[in-house]
Amino acid sequence: MSDKKEEATRDGFGRALLELGETNPNVVALCADLAESTRMLRFKEKYPERYVELGVAEQNLATIASGLANYGKIPFIASYAVFSPGRNNEQIRTTISLNNLPVKIVGAHAGVSVGPDGATHQALEDIALMRVQPNITVFSPCDSEEARKATIASVGVPGPVYIRLAREKTPIMTAPESPFVVGKAQVVYESEHTPEVAIFATGPLLYNALLAAKELEHAVPAIVVNIHTIKPLDREVVAIAKSVGAVVTVEEHQIAGGLGGAIAEALAQECPVPIEFIGVRDRYGESGEPEELIEHYGMGVSHIAAAVKKAISRKGLRRSDLRKENWG
Amino acid sequence: MLSDKKIQDVEFKAAAIRETVIEMLAAAGSGHTAGPLGMADIFAALYFHILNHDPSNPGWEERDRLILSNGHITPVRYAAMAHAGYFPIEECLTLRKFGSRLQGHPEREKLPGVETTSGPLGSGLGQAAGYALGARMDRKSFRVYCLMSDGEQDSGNTWESAMFAANNKLSGLTAVIDRNNIQINGVTEQVMPLENLRSKYEAFNWHVLEVDGHNIRAFADAVDEAKAITEKPTVIIAHTIPGKGVKEIEFDYRWHGVPPGKGPDDKVPADKQAEVFLRELRTLHE
Repeated sequence: MSDKKEEATRDGFGRALLELGETNPNVVALCADLAESTRMLRFKEKYPERYVELGVAEQNLATIASGLANYGKIPFIASYAVFSPGRNNEQIRTTISLNNLPVKIVGAHAGVSVGPDGATHQALEDIALMRVQPNITVFSPCDSEEARKATIASVGVPGPVYIRLAREKTPIMTAPESPFVVGKAQVVYESEHTPEVAIFATGPLLYNALLAAKELEHAVPAIVVNIHTIKPLDREVVAIAKSVGAVVTVEEHQIAGGLGGAIAEALAQECPVPIEFIGVRDRYGESGEPEELIEHYGMGVSHIAAAVKKAISRKGLRRSDLRKENWG
Repeated sequence: MLSDKKIQDVEFKAAAIRETVIEMLAAAGSGHTAGPLGMADIFAALYFHILNHDPSNPGWEERDRLILSNGHITPVRYAAMAHAGYFPIEECLTLRKFGSRLQGHPEREKLPGVETTSGPLGSGLGQAAGYALGARMDRKSFRVYCLMSDGEQDSGNTWESAMFAANNKLSGLTAVIDRNNIQINGVTEQVMPLENLRSKYEAFNWHVLEVDGHNIRAFADAVDEAKAITEKPTVIIAHTIPGKGVKEIEFDYRWHGVPPGKGPDDKVPADKQAEVFLRELRTLHE
């Protein structure tokens, strides 16, 4: 990883917010006492008249933003994801989502890779909280470039949007000029041989997914897809799953309710294929260094590679096959 | 200045609103009775004297905004809106029914003019403050009113918003608290005492006024005074009688969340409640 250019997704958000300050006078930024670490600080310094300080009051962060949006502004609200959309979930539900107002909810410090701060500050359920609310579009960008593009794109979405960000610097995989289309999954790698498995990944862990696919290049041909928009989920994932017949999902989030849940729901209805889930398994995080936590919680490259093999091994194992085995 | 004639007109509107409230709740078969009756005078004053609004153009940009935080008293708002001409009074009878624009708790996208979606307590003051802040950023001159219950003063979000509004000197915001002393579990001073409510808001750096919430002139004067306070937001603590206008309901917290036809039957049998209450209201203003 060391030879790759790295930057945190929150930095991409910060740059985009500055761009929006320049291009869109209706954009306002609201923060609950975390301007530096959510990367709103430069917007605050450049556009003080459009920066709103809330103090440590995340419920109010949501309700004030609802009022501003109801008036006609486009508010970005930023805090750590455990607090927003965690602590203020009902305020988001009633005053933003049901009210269908264009508040852009920015959840920073998502995932165990927050590191030393420990479980209290490592959001692992924010995707689930946001994707069950009607009207909300959910973005989970894979690198800082994509975070920048997702932030810019969020203003074009008429309703509320959730943007999930990470604390740590992670490899930049996408180019400034590569397109970001809301709701469109992106194939980022495809084996030259006919793929036998699809890896659907979201967030910075896309990098591990790519490393796993490369590692298995000669053994197992794969296709790696970047799911930057978790909701609405691109129906193309169903077509891809159908064509390859086995799936691995990768996310730094609880498996329940996250990307894995979303993919499983879609595939169960239209083309049930074996799915292996990489993510956190119904546990909380803990203090540690980001990379060791990713390994400890089973989201490392080797875990993804093992999941790929397992998914493929389950292919074609149908009830009729099991019956044959049992009854000889 | 409010003439005696104008006050009497508003009082007649309040009486008509109360009748509609009873009719719509009885037809709905569920909903809150005490709060809407208690706030009928204030709603009549708002819709027929105070608010700068246009019922034929609910989206008019310069209108005053009325954010109802305690969405459960929405029947009184619907009734006031209908009497003001936002929609036909008959539509009030669709309250809480499938397909109706008149949801059990108000929804912004369902009915033009309700301004926001509300019900879950404690989140209205923040919405109103955000609205007032946006308006001030663009130098708009309309005013934002936020109606709250006393029960929702229990909620932390209310006080986060109170702190925010004072810090931002949102003088375009006037909050009104329906101080009727009841909430679902009983009287407020037993469930979770709020007093001294005036001192609490003063300590949060608000301008505080207290009025009899059934005195149209006193309420209108308080609203005028709030307009003259330019360095801080104003809260009007309006002392009201829950169930005002129907003596069998007045002061009785058991009427907080039930409609005529399903209320306590120790004074009036359930099946006679709507009829008796309507008769009582009609004699009041004849």
